[in-house]
Formats: sequence, structure tokens, C-alpha cells
Amino acid sequence: MSGLNDFAFKIGTVNGTGSASANTMLMQSIFRMGIPVTGKNIFPSNIQGLPTWYEIRVSADGWNARPGELDLVVAMNPETLKQDIATVREGGYLMYDSSYPLPAELHRDGITFLGVPCGEMCVQSFVRDRDRVLLRNIIYTGALAALLDFDMTVVDELLNEKFAKKKAVLESNHKAVRLGYDFAKKHFACPLPFSLKQLDKTSKHILIDGNTAFALGAVYAGATVGAWYPITPSTSLMDAFKGFCEQYRTTPEGEKKFIIIQAEDELAAAGMVIGANWAGARAFTSTAGPGISLMQEFIGLAYYAEVPSVFVDVQRVGPSTGMPTRTQQSDLFSCAYASHGDTKHICIYPSDPKECFEMAPTAFDLAERFQTPVFVVTDLDIGMNDWMVPRFTWDDSYVPDRGKVLTAEEVAKAEKWGRYQDTGGGIPSRTLPGSGGKGAFFTRGSGHNLNAVYTEDSPEYQAVLDRIARKFRTAATKVPKAVIDGGGSDIGIIAVGGTNGAVTEGIALLRTQGIACDHMRIRGFPFGAEVEDFIKKHEHVFVVEQNRDAQLRSMLAIELGVPRDDMIAVLDYAGLPLTAKFVVDSVVHHVGLLAGVKA
Amino acid sequence: MTSIVKPPVKHPSLQTNALGLTKRDYEGAMSTLCAGCGHDSVTSALISAFWELDVPPHRAAKMSGIGCSSKTTAYFMKQSHGFNSVHGRMPSVTSGANAANRDLIYIGVSGDGDSLSIGLGQLCHAIRRNVNMLYVLENNGVYGLTKGQFSASADVGSTSKRGEANMNQPIDPCLLSMTLGATFVARSFSGDKAQLIPILKAGLMHNGFAMIDIISPCVSFNDHDGSTKSYKFTREHEVEIVHADFVPLRKEISAESNAAGGVTSVTMHDGSTVRFRRTAEDYDPTNRIGAYSHVKACGERGEIATGLLYLEEGSGGEMHTLNKTVKRPLVEIPQAELCPGSKALDELMAEFR
Repeated sequence: MSGLNDFAFKIGTVNGTGSASANTMLMQSIFRMGIPVTGKNIFPSNIQGLPTWYEIRVSADGWNARPGELDLVVAMNPETLKQDIATVREGGYLMYDSSYPLPAELHRDGITFLGVPCGEMCVQSFVRDRDRVLLRNIIYTGALAALLDFDMTVVDELLNEKFAKKKAVLESNHKAVRLGYDFAKKHFACPLPFSLKQLDKTSKHILIDGNTAFALGAVYAGATVGAWYPITPSTSLMDAFKGFCEQYRTTPEGEKKFIIIQAEDELAAAGMVIGANWAGARAFTSTAGPGISLMQEFIGLAYYAEVPSVFVDVQRVGPSTGMPTRTQQSDLFSCAYASHGDTKHICIYPSDPKECFEMAPTAFDLAERFQTPVFVVTDLDIGMNDWMVPRFTWDDSYVPDRGKVLTAEEVAKAEKWGRYQDTGGGIPSRTLPGSGGKGAFFTRGSGHNLNAVYTEDSPEYQAVLDRIARKFRTAATKVPKAVIDGGGSDIGIIAVGGTNGAVTEGIALLRTQGIACDHMRIRGFPFGAEVEDFIKKHEHVFVVEQNRDAQLRSMLAIELGVPRDDMIAVLDYAGLPLTAKFVVDSVVHHVGLLAGVKA
Repeated sequence: MTSIVKPPVKHPSLQTNALGLTKRDYEGAMSTLCAGCGHDSVTSALISAFWELDVPPHRAAKMSGIGCSSKTTAYFMKQSHGFNSVHGRMPSVTSGANAANRDLIYIGVSGDGDSLSIGLGQLCHAIRRNVNMLYVLENNGVYGLTKGQFSASADVGSTSKRGEANMNQPIDPCLLSMTLGATFVARSFSGDKAQLIPILKAGLMHNGFAMIDIISPCVSFNDHDGSTKSYKFTREHEVEIVHADFVPLRKEISAESNAAGGVTSVTMHDGSTVRFRRTAEDYDPTNRIGAYSHVKACGERGEIATGLLYLEEGSGGEMHTLNKTVKRPLVEIPQAELCPGSKALDELMAEFR
């Protein structure tokens, strides 16, 4: 039910026409009014001319999942008008550009049409072609401000900040926002039955996307080398890393304490990350599924030659090129078991931008401690959408865990040093090129023994492979632990990554229907003991994930020996962020079936 | 089979370099290549070059991909770290390592399969990026480890051991490098140490990407009549169009070597000098277009042009110069300088509203 500070609306426009900044401003205004808000950009893989939507959910309670239904749709794109009208909830509202009459066949009973002649007002009020296109967005922003009772001082303040250096543009924007605002005030009963009212629930929060957050975390973690190949939806991560490095890592003389290499492809990006880490830097790459596919060979090398490396996979919809601007959790397998031969990798799964920031140092620490690739598995929804999360904090006492790196002196002291000998927990020690002494060794992806010498001898080969397996088991105790909520129910819901908001909300909704569920959010692979424990404690286990083949469920079955079909798969893989409704419906459906069986 | 360790024999009469090291100190594991392999001669020349340059072995990083040539990094300088990566991908690993620690001397050893087929893209982009490294391409026209398939450097008409003729156009790594803007391009022959060692030394001291294509015959699969990469064919068709002497900074330039006519000198980044003695008339190793045309014309006449074919010192700059990286290697910058700290974060947070 919608109401004060609790509703959702969507804006449908044509991409490349400036609507993104208007939509961001709407969200920022709500946030600055102290009201919790979430924005989901549903955009095409295109530069200009295709349909794009922006969904904004206002929730005083702080629910941040994609809304289940839309109270208001702003349909500014004639091409999607029919579709947009259909997505309004019963009794909801549709705002459209009434510069042209609405075709009679598009009329729908049960919703209210709000015609705002945005285009016409633009033509009357502005001369330049560019203004006439861009300011149309500001006019609907103004109209929404009136209909939803925005605090206009906040809107004005944002415009002032945004166009502080462009006075003429600032004036025309102020004019446009007023045109929309005044029109709505004059023609409609403002505010609508759902609207905004100042709260104080965002002062300790920020609005940030996960890509920016991880990039900032990488700067704080001490990463100095970034190598990458542009790919949606990960591109903004390396762009942000560059921006932060320029801000924080440039000397007064303009010299850089970082290097970012735009590689010729993802293979090269992976090679550079491995080379840089081998030489002793903290280096990482950001990519998406197709990039992970291309990096497979190098990932196997880093695994077997035990070179630290951090790979951020901002998942998008596959297979193949798939839908590059839609979200999914379909690379869980391809990260966890990347490359040929026996390989398994540490993966960490942030659920929101705050965890992207916090898990950046974790990723580098784990990579160096275990001398192995570490995957930070996020998705387009986390990576590219703005999320309201608590402000980030930093502990200045943080010391990077560089793992067992020995100096020439330390090697000299050791009686007999071997690069791949177990120094405890299956973890070997390494030396860095240039360090000298007796620590030089040969890094190779071909068969080697515990002393890094080439081998084709079966027991020698196997000794290394078995030690790496021991190392992986140790890692299960060091990756971020699963977060478990509740207790005592016989229903356990397991989820991972960015679906957390929808699952948490879904569980709250289920409780109102008398169905209590416990919740476990997995944050690391290999799975810790708590994961197995949770599964064992629950009679009915649901695994919620955004892929077709229940990859997480299979991983749990493979790694923990739990019969796969003992866990119920809840799968949403159409490419949009998960809704709480989907979780509720799936669980209710299965609980109904279970009840039927029992009866 | 496992690798073979060389017995550490030190003869008291062995000559030492400025570091007090003998050539034995620059050796590696025993080669497991075929007897007579050209690559072993290159390894030996590399040992001489590093020894003569007084490079502390641990300050070098030996990089390679996959193939017979890539195995050779194990056969010299056992006191250096080595990285035998994956097929055709040595350039990216080296780029990354160099990005992290610009103070090491990077030597990449590759072959014609590793460089010109599977790794062609990475090679091209390492050249474009001007990664400061010596890129040794041991070129035998054939895939040896998989028993004799043609590589992309095989000449049209050159025959395999079984008599089949290659019909595809070859890729000449020197011409390719020149078109991509490489600042150091050389070709030599594994059987000509007098030419090879000074070029290797100049390449190691060059401040940028140095390509040296070394015709290095495969005795097992490509040394027969009908092959254009055999010892015999190379000896008969090699034309040294320019001879280069490398004169380290601290050594006096002797009158004797200055006496020869047609000498051009190019000063290297560290103050060392490369002196070119032209053997072909009007050949200017500092003129890219002229060098390209001349080498191309040689190839069309069936000649193998060798020598330090092109050198451009000091212009443009290598990867770090282009990036404006601090002089200090990134791996040496402490966390305190890299992490902006909690105060900066608090300030930054105010911007995300």
C-alpha cells in the first residue's frame, strides 16, 4: 500500500536525451529531504535513441528492493507509451506529455491520466534545440515536484550546485522546473494521495553505486595497478578508480603513484594484473562475464603458480553477449571454478555498495595471504545503481595483509627455503623479483615441485596440488562469514549478493502472513562451517538466486555434500533486480505444496 | 623428466666483471633443448651480454610464454626471478610487472609461434605501449614442441621436413615492429655472436621496447634443404646492413673503433652510446621510413637483413614516462602514502549526497 513516504514511481524516456541527470536529481532531492530512497536504472545497451526507465522507490522503512508495483509512471517516450500505461498499478497515475493528444485506444480505465505539455512548454519558452530536448526532463521533474510535494528549496539547491559554473544553463533550468511545477499546481490536485514529507533518516547515509565504492576501497587498500578492458557494467569501476587516484595519489609535480592500463583485451588485463602482483603490487581488474570467460587461462595460471590477483566481476545477463545492461547472478560457477584442470577460487559476494567498499581491502588481503586469485562477485544492480547506504568509515590502523613475503635476509635465515613448501595451513611463502639472495625462483604454469623446479614426477606434482587444496580449506575459515538472521524456524532462506534487500523484505512480509523464515546471506566461498550448519538446521531450505540453473544451490551441493534436491531453488533470471514479491510468492507457493504433502 | 641442475664448477682462472662475478654466475639450469639448437647460442649470448653489462642478476626479471624459446629463460641467470607464463601472453605479464616495479631489467624471450600467432596482439600492444623491455624473438619458422608445423614467420615456398611448401605470407617481426612505432628494432642470427652480443646489450639498455628478431634454426624440424630458416640458408642469405657497437657509458671511446668510415652514434638513455657502422650505402638506422623500405627490399630479394636496423632514443618515452608515473617503483611506496585515511574519507562522504 502506498502512502506518505511510501510509494514507487517510474520514468520512461529515450536514452541519450539527458533524462538520467534529471532522474538522479529527483532521487537526490528525496534523499536530501531525509527520506530513504532507492533508484534502479533500467537502460539499454545503446548510446542514443532507445527506451530507458528509471524506477524510484521511496520507503520510510528503508526497503531498498525493486518495487513490486508502480503508483505513478511518467511516460515521456511515445514508443513505450502503451507498455508504460500497462505497468501502472490499478488506481495509480500516468503522467504523459500532452503536447500531442493521447490516442484514444491507449486509454485505460482505473488509472488517472495527468497530461503535462512538456514539449510544447519547451518550444514556447526556449529557443535552442538542445534546451528544447534537455529541459523537457526538467519540466517533468518540476511537475513531479508539485505532485509528490518535493521540498523546492532542495530542488533549487541541487540545480544551483549542478550548474554553479554555467549561469545561463542554471537560469533556464530554474525556469523549466518552475514551468512544470506551476503547471501541475494549476491543473492537478497536488499532492497526490502518496507523497513526500521531510524525515531525518538519511543524514548518516550516502548515495553511491557499488563500482565507485569498490574503486574507493581499492584506493584505501593500497592498490596501485589497475588493468582492464572496457565492458559494461564494470567500466565505471575503473573510471572511478582513476578519478580517486588522480585526487589522492598525484604528487604536487603531477606524478602519479598509480598506473592504470587500458589493455587490448581481457586476456591482457588479466596478464597485467598477474604480472603486477607477482612483482609485489596490489593490482586488480574489473570486468563482466564475457571478460571472465576470456581470462580463464590466466586465472588457472595464477591459481597453480600461486600469484595473488583480484578480479571484480560485475555480473550482467548471459550467456554470451546476453543483455549487457541487465543484471543477473549467473557467473557464480564461472568464477568459483574458473579455468581448466582442478581449480577452485576464493569468491566474495558483497550485497551493496558499502560492502563493495569494505570488501576491497578484504579481497586484496585474501589474495595476498593465500597467494591466489580472488573474485569479487557483484552485479549490475549493485555496481551501477545508486544505493542509499550508511556512510563509509575507515580504520586508520589498517595494515594490509601482504601474506608470507620473504626478504633476501629472511630466506638466508631459513635453513632450506622452497617457494611452494607448506608454511602452515597449506600456505607457501614467496619472494619478490628484485629481492636478491637465494630467494630467486621460477614461476611457471607447468608442473613444478615444492621447490618451484620443473617436474613431471607424479608424487612431486601431486604434493603441490594437494597442498593447494589444503590452502583452499584454510581459506574457508578466513573469507567473510555468512550473515545469519533469525533462528528457530524450520524454513531457511539462503541468498547471496544484491538480492539481500528483496529477500530481507520478503521475509518480513512472510512473517506478516504467519510464515517465519530464517535467513542466511552467503558472503564468501569456500563456504565456512556456518553455511553447512545452517542447512543442516533447517528442514526446508530455499536458495534464492538470479540465474536459471541454480548455480549457488549446486555449489552448496558440490562443496558440502548436501543432496541438491533437498534444497528448493527460487530462481529469477529475467535481468531485473529482484522484488520482495517474487520471494514471497515463491515461498508461499512451496509452503502450500509442502502443507499439501503433509496433509 | 625433471629439469637438470648444472654442477656449480668454478674455475679460478675465470674472468670476473665489475661485480666480481664470472659468467658461470649468470648461467641457469642445464638446457633440455636439442643438441645444436640455435636457442642455446642465444642463451649463451645473453649470458655474455648481462655479464659484460655488470647487471646484478637479481635485478633482472626473465619473462616468457610457451614453446622451446620460452623454456630458455630457465637456462640463464638462475639468481633472477623468472616467469614462464602462458602461450603468447608474456607481453601482458611483463607490462604488469614493469608497471609495478620499473626498476628491474625486463627480458622477454619468445618464439615465432608464441609471438606472431597466438601472441601477435599482445606483442603489438606492448610495442604501442613502449614497455621498457628487451623482447627476444627466437625465430625458427616452425613449431618444434608439436613437431614441425609451420609458424607465421615461415616464408612462402619454404618447405617442411616432409616436403610440403608453406603458401601463407610470413609476418616479419622487424617490419611489423617498425610500423607499430617500436623505438628499437634489430635482427640477428644465433650463429653470429659477434653481431648478436652488442645488439643484446644495446637492447637491454634501451629505454623502451627493444625488439630483436633472432634467426635461430631448429635442428630437429627446420634445418633441411628447402627451409629458409636453416643454418645453411641463413648463412648464405644474411646481409648485415648495419653493424652496431655498444659502448657503455663508463668506457672510453677508443680511437680504433672511431676510425672506420660512415659511423653514426646514438646516445642511449643512460649515456651509453651505440655506434653504427653502415655496411649498406645510405642506410640510416635512425630513419624509420628509410629503414623500413631497405629491410623490405632486402626481403623481396631473398636477403635476410640483419643488424640494429632502427633506433630512436629519447623521443616519446616508455610506458611510465607516458603515464607520468613517479620515479620510485610503485612496489616501494608504503601504504601510508597510498591510503588517503579516515579524515579524507569523512570529507569525501559529504560529496555523496
